[in-house]
Amino acid sequence: MEYINLVFEEVYKIFFLLVPVLVSVAMIVWLDRRVWAFVQKRQGPNVVGPFGLLQSLADALKYIFKEIIIPASSNKIIFILAPIITMTLALIAWAVIPFGENQVLANINVGILYIFAVSSLGVYGIIMGGWASNSKYPFLGSIRSAAQMVSYEVSIGIIIINVLLCVGSLNLSDIVLAQQNIWFIIPLFPMFVIFFISSLAETNRPPFDLPEAEAELVAGYQTEYSGMMYAMFWLGEYANILLMCALGSILFLGGWLSPVDLYPFNLIPGAVWLIFKILLLFFLFALVKAVVPRYRYDQLMRLGWKIFLPLSLTYVILTASYLFYFNLLPTI
Amino acid sequence: MAAHAIFFYFFSIVAVISAIMVTVSKNTVHSVFFLILDFISISCLFIMIGAEFLGMIMLIVYVGAVAVLFLFVVMMLNVAQQQNQWFNSKENSGHIPIGLIISTIIFFELIIVVGGWKYKPELLSPNITKISDEISNTHSLGQILYTDYIHVFQISGMILLIAMIGAIVLTFRQREGVKTQSYLKQISRERSEGIEVLEVPSNKGVKIDD
Repeated sequence: MEYINLVFEEVYKIFFLLVPVLVSVAMIVWLDRRVWAFVQKRQGPNVVGPFGLLQSLADALKYIFKEIIIPASSNKIIFILAPIITMTLALIAWAVIPFGENQVLANINVGILYIFAVSSLGVYGIIMGGWASNSKYPFLGSIRSAAQMVSYEVSIGIIIINVLLCVGSLNLSDIVLAQQNIWFIIPLFPMFVIFFISSLAETNRPPFDLPEAEAELVAGYQTEYSGMMYAMFWLGEYANILLMCALGSILFLGGWLSPVDLYPFNLIPGAVWLIFKILLLFFLFALVKAVVPRYRYDQLMRLGWKIFLPLSLTYVILTASYLFYFNLLPTI
Repeated sequence: MAAHAIFFYFFSIVAVISAIMVTVSKNTVHSVFFLILDFISISCLFIMIGAEFLGMIMLIVYVGAVAVLFLFVVMMLNVAQQQNQWFNSKENSGHIPIGLIISTIIFFELIIVVGGWKYKPELLSPNITKISDEISNTHSLGQILYTDYIHVFQISGMILLIAMIGAIVLTFRQREGVKTQSYLKQISRERSEGIEVLEVPSNKGVKIDD
């Protein structure tokens, strides 16, 4: 009986985390399209509901009622599994994101490694979808995407090492609490820039949206998908983008901490600050989509391996030597 | 404790079954997917015994990187020819007895090695597995890895580096006649060199690109 109560309590907590995440994913799609449109002097979706806020809901409704088409020559089980895996992996990473002191679903010691592991698993949804479609465009798209994600993960990992050197713990709450005096964006500003660009590549956002470059590959790994299965890929993608924004604000922008520890600001709950920072980063994501043209594939690979990797490795050595010289290395 | 046991048996059963399926399944891509499932359930087992750092590193390194490379190689094969034909075709069946003999030899060797294994007596007592609450798993790993075993750690790093260089040297070949783009040249192009304005006489035209 105790177990059942425990399980219900957890399910209740998970429900109250996941529903806001899913709703905000829908809202963020609307925001993305609006920002994109305003940069190009268009209106964007503004018909359904006030300011077009319900556009994503209308889209979702459309996807639900569309027929799911499974190609005859596809590998059916893997074809169906792929969007499910993408969506699940994008959502389970939210379990360790802290929204305030002790306001976290699972406060595990290796939180940052968990997020890193889950986002490195995200590549399987794309590979499986591309391979199981048994068609040329999705296959090429998934191969591109896998290579891209694997190479940018390396530099993201090294940037995370930079932050961890300053913190001395893998726990996400500890990472935020270590920034009480100074946010890591100030001492580690070059790393923040590289992290931002790498997370664009990691989430297949423009200018690195080579996997779904519509001019060359139709829609990449999503070409054969329709209806709800396509919508799941799409939701998973945006949930991943939100997750990367959350990770960026926790690692560099002080997570739930308020920018200044003064009277009117520290009354605002931490979760509001975190959401504000996530939205700020997402606004940058949307702006980049509107203003930057797409990279060529060899330029993308060169940027990842020949520029970001050496730069971030050098910065690890610099940070470590600085901390060691001034005796600032964190102790247990 | 009951829930713990249920989870342990669940993950172990999944691990064993997927390990068997890796060798049994006829489609090579399916084999790799079962291998990934195996890695994931083993890392879950690691996390269950409290080795959270090892479990996560297992996920990141094996599942996130190594298995992706496996998949890359296997997927390059034609999807229609993915059927594993070793068991079906007649001309290849000669390999099966040899493989069986070798695997039996390896199996017995393993039994001999493990049977003669000697454990430290304190390792066999059950209370050694108790995990300290004050110091986290990652810290305790780091404390022995960078003090007592620093030489072993450094040497294994060197071996990996040499293996990497060796792989690059073996596979890299300079090909003739490859057209490459120089980034420096592309971005340092000025408008004055890119465009040329010519006076075109009427009805005669000009000759460019000669």
